[in-house]
Amino acid sequence: MQLPILSILVFFPLLGIVLLLFLDQKNHKVLKSFTFAVALLEFLLSLPLWFGFNSSTAAMQFVEHHDWIPSYGISYYLGVDGFSLLLIMLTTFLTPMCVLATWTDIQTHVKEFMICLLALMSGMLGVFASLDLFLFYVFWEVMLIPMYLLIGVWGNPARRVYAAIKFFLFTMFGSLLMLVAILVLYFHYGKTTGVYTFDLLKMYGLDIPFNMQYWMFLAFGLAFAIKVPMFPFHTWLPDAHTEAPTVGSVILAAVLLKMGTYGFLRFNMPLFPQAAYYFVPLFSILAIIGIVYGALVSMMQKDLKRLIAFSSVSHLGFVMLGLFTFTVAGIQGGIIQMINHGLSTGALFLVVGMIYERRHTRMIADFGGLATPMPIYATIFMIVTLSSIAVPGTNGFVGEFLILLGAFKSNLVYGTIAATGVIFSACYMLWMFQRVVWGQVTNEKNRDLQDLSLREIAIFAPLLLFIIWIGVYPSTFLNKTKATTDNFLAMMEKAKTTQVAQTDVPKGVTP
Amino acid sequence: MTLMIPHFHLDSIGPELILSLTAIIILLVDALSPRGRKAFFPHLSLLGLAAAAFQTYLLWGSQGTDFARMIYVDNFTLFFYLIFILGTALTVLLSRLYLEQYGKNLGEYYALLLFATVGMMLMAASAHLIMLFLGLEVMSIAVYVLAGLFREDVRSNEASLKYLILGSFSSAFLLFGMAFLYGAAGGTLYLDELPRVLAGHAAFAQPMTLLAIALLIVGFGFKVAAVPFHMWTPDVYEGAPTSITAFMAVGVKAAAFAAFARVFFLAFPAMKMDWNMLLWVLAVATMTLGNVTALTQTNIKRMLAYSSIAHAGYLLVGLVAANQLGAVSLLYYLLAYTLMNLGAFGVVILVGRQKDSYLNIYDYSGLGFQYPALGAAMALFMFALAGIPPTAGFVGKFYLFSAAVQAGYIWLAIIGVMNSLISVFYYLRITVLMYMRPAEADLGPVTFSPGPTAVLTATAVGVLLIGIFPGSLYDLAVKAVKIFPGL
Repeated sequence: MQLPILSILVFFPLLGIVLLLFLDQKNHKVLKSFTFAVALLEFLLSLPLWFGFNSSTAAMQFVEHHDWIPSYGISYYLGVDGFSLLLIMLTTFLTPMCVLATWTDIQTHVKEFMICLLALMSGMLGVFASLDLFLFYVFWEVMLIPMYLLIGVWGNPARRVYAAIKFFLFTMFGSLLMLVAILVLYFHYGKTTGVYTFDLLKMYGLDIPFNMQYWMFLAFGLAFAIKVPMFPFHTWLPDAHTEAPTVGSVILAAVLLKMGTYGFLRFNMPLFPQAAYYFVPLFSILAIIGIVYGALVSMMQKDLKRLIAFSSVSHLGFVMLGLFTFTVAGIQGGIIQMINHGLSTGALFLVVGMIYERRHTRMIADFGGLATPMPIYATIFMIVTLSSIAVPGTNGFVGEFLILLGAFKSNLVYGTIAATGVIFSACYMLWMFQRVVWGQVTNEKNRDLQDLSLREIAIFAPLLLFIIWIGVYPSTFLNKTKATTDNFLAMMEKAKTTQVAQTDVPKGVTP
Repeated sequence: MTLMIPHFHLDSIGPELILSLTAIIILLVDALSPRGRKAFFPHLSLLGLAAAAFQTYLLWGSQGTDFARMIYVDNFTLFFYLIFILGTALTVLLSRLYLEQYGKNLGEYYALLLFATVGMMLMAASAHLIMLFLGLEVMSIAVYVLAGLFREDVRSNEASLKYLILGSFSSAFLLFGMAFLYGAAGGTLYLDELPRVLAGHAAFAQPMTLLAIALLIVGFGFKVAAVPFHMWTPDVYEGAPTSITAFMAVGVKAAAFAAFARVFFLAFPAMKMDWNMLLWVLAVATMTLGNVTALTQTNIKRMLAYSSIAHAGYLLVGLVAANQLGAVSLLYYLLAYTLMNLGAFGVVILVGRQKDSYLNIYDYSGLGFQYPALGAAMALFMFALAGIPPTAGFVGKFYLFSAAVQAGYIWLAIIGVMNSLISVFYYLRITVLMYMRPAEADLGPVTFSPGPTAVLTATAVGVLLIGIFPGSLYDLAVKAVKIFPGL
């Protein structure tokens, strides 16, 4: 009997919450240390996943399968493959750092904050690990509540409620349509095979008429596209990012957005392969618009956090473009770029958060010449900026290079336009960096700023390590996803050549 | 002429008998005992309810009719008995402290509550339309009086009078429908005979039956507060004592749905196409209007009133689907709704205090951090009502909409989920106020008396428990709806 390591990972934070309830709510230090211990332990618990993972197979590993609502075909079904492994590791890796980053940032309602953080962690891991559509949907929605509270309670007082509700309603809108699509899929599967189940893997390769695939791809796709967020569904993102507390932004950028791209990879494409091929132009073009538009809008931002938020739109556009090339390079690059974006943008939000704590402003115009009072800060900021621009030697380069490779292979025009995005991103990031860090100290308030403390350096150290590691030796990570990607593409290729009914739409599918 | 005494078993109506007896005892004790004894009525009521629940448990699994085929004793009936008993028990627990603020902790309150429950039970059990009408009136008259319990309060008076007058109208519609049906069917109102008789002379009966169906829908629509028969709901819910509002929102609605489902699934399966269309429109109108209007409410009771209209709309989806899953989801959702709505009203009663001085939603500002447990409970009920997992509200909606999808009503499911989205907005607003706004003024202390605290604990645990492990309840509901051969 194998240890149910995924369940432990998903539910350990909840145990942490229960214990947290018994701690004194006035003693912030104890609360934070305890949460940090929980998060760190969680990371250590996730290590066996990484080292025990067999990279040579595409099959689901660490599988746990138990009946949950048997009369409805719903089961508690967890498993990991190359796609989810990296994202799970990213989640457990970032959370301890997030707790450290709250040390001085969060001073009100600390206990409740930590509860939300741990609940969020549990929800995110559940999303990545579940292989049952119902279970997935439950985690997908549950996770909204703590994030909504993080933004709404601890965000910027002025507009936090607006941002929180916008975040909630946007995400909910997409997921509710997805729920209907899940139900349609469930009954279609039941009618075709006689077995009623929410088991995702069984549904792969199901013969679905094209017309039905079309609508369901759109329904699932909307939910995920909002989450990614793809242009034109991105409008919630700048608000949520800007108003959220630093840690909220970090988690939002690093993990939550990945659920959208992961959803495409895990659900949309394998479930509705013919529709996926059909929609390649639409989604590629939207992705490219996202890349260019996000970059151009970033350039015009006055607020650091908003700038990074829009740069996320651009970066996630790259990921989506990569996934929709259906090439090994594109998909592997897409996955690596998901991780990269998590590390780099997470780090960027931390960088902004730390300067915000000192100066209580995020306006680019209020800064200038920060390198003089804060040399360590400036160095770290620079490495992170370079990684975000995708300079060779950093992680971003590997991801974007692979994606562009895939894009050029599948469509020259897409590749060419997308490549301009790389240049734009260099423009806005370097220009921002120049205005904030280089030059003379223009604002007297910046002259005596404290450089980073040991705790803050400790937060960045692991991030920088991986930024360089992925940049220099990406094989460690690419190997893990190789078998799954190959298998995925073989499955898609096979589906491409199979004919599905074009017109035969069962009654009740389209009214 | 000889008088025929039909064969009957008293234990078939055991739960009703026990509750009636308890109510009569309460009335007698109230009349005969000195003042100090009145505190015991809630305990007595709970005892009666527990005994009734036990009797229901003993009856579980039985199948058949009794009292000359006037009532059904089957799992469907008994499942609803449990919902009613649960709803009434939770209402009783909520009542005492609330009524004492008004000096109205009276014996007749509890007696009427129990009588109303008996009426609901008869409605759920009825095998004959006259029986159904009797049950409906027993329930309604008790609730009319309860709504006007605060005699000195203008709003309570208004609520009672409004409910009485409009309620009588709707009863008349119902009776009118039954009369037409009686004519169309050639003199029978037994539910199980109706489909056969109506099919027998279809050409002649068709128009009259359709008219009867329409009139029955008006009657039931009024009791479940479906649009456009909902006009009374906000005023009555706002004016009635809060505990009675809670009782009406769950009990009366559940009873009306029990009868609604029984009559339509059993008597008119052949005319499904006709009433389906009508109910489709009704469902969409009900949930949309309920949700949209709830958006602008600032009085929490009014907001919950409109929310209850919206929930009637969701429940109608189960009727529209008219398949086994639809019936199951109806039962599941009514139970879930009983838990989450009574929980929410429990919070309203606790926060209301001093004769309902704090009913504005802005009175909830800052509550979440001032009273963490109370705030968390309210947030849980709000998320449950909005249908967000892992709560019973989510699973209920999941079942309802899957029934609609299974029956081929994809658009109904889409409209339904979009309505949930609208509802999220006003439910979220309560959590926004509780957690994201500072307290407007000092609210003063909230006293956690044992009754409401027990209700909140029980409902919160229940909402989570049947939300996370809905399996066994689902199986139970499947057993309950096996009685409908047409589904």
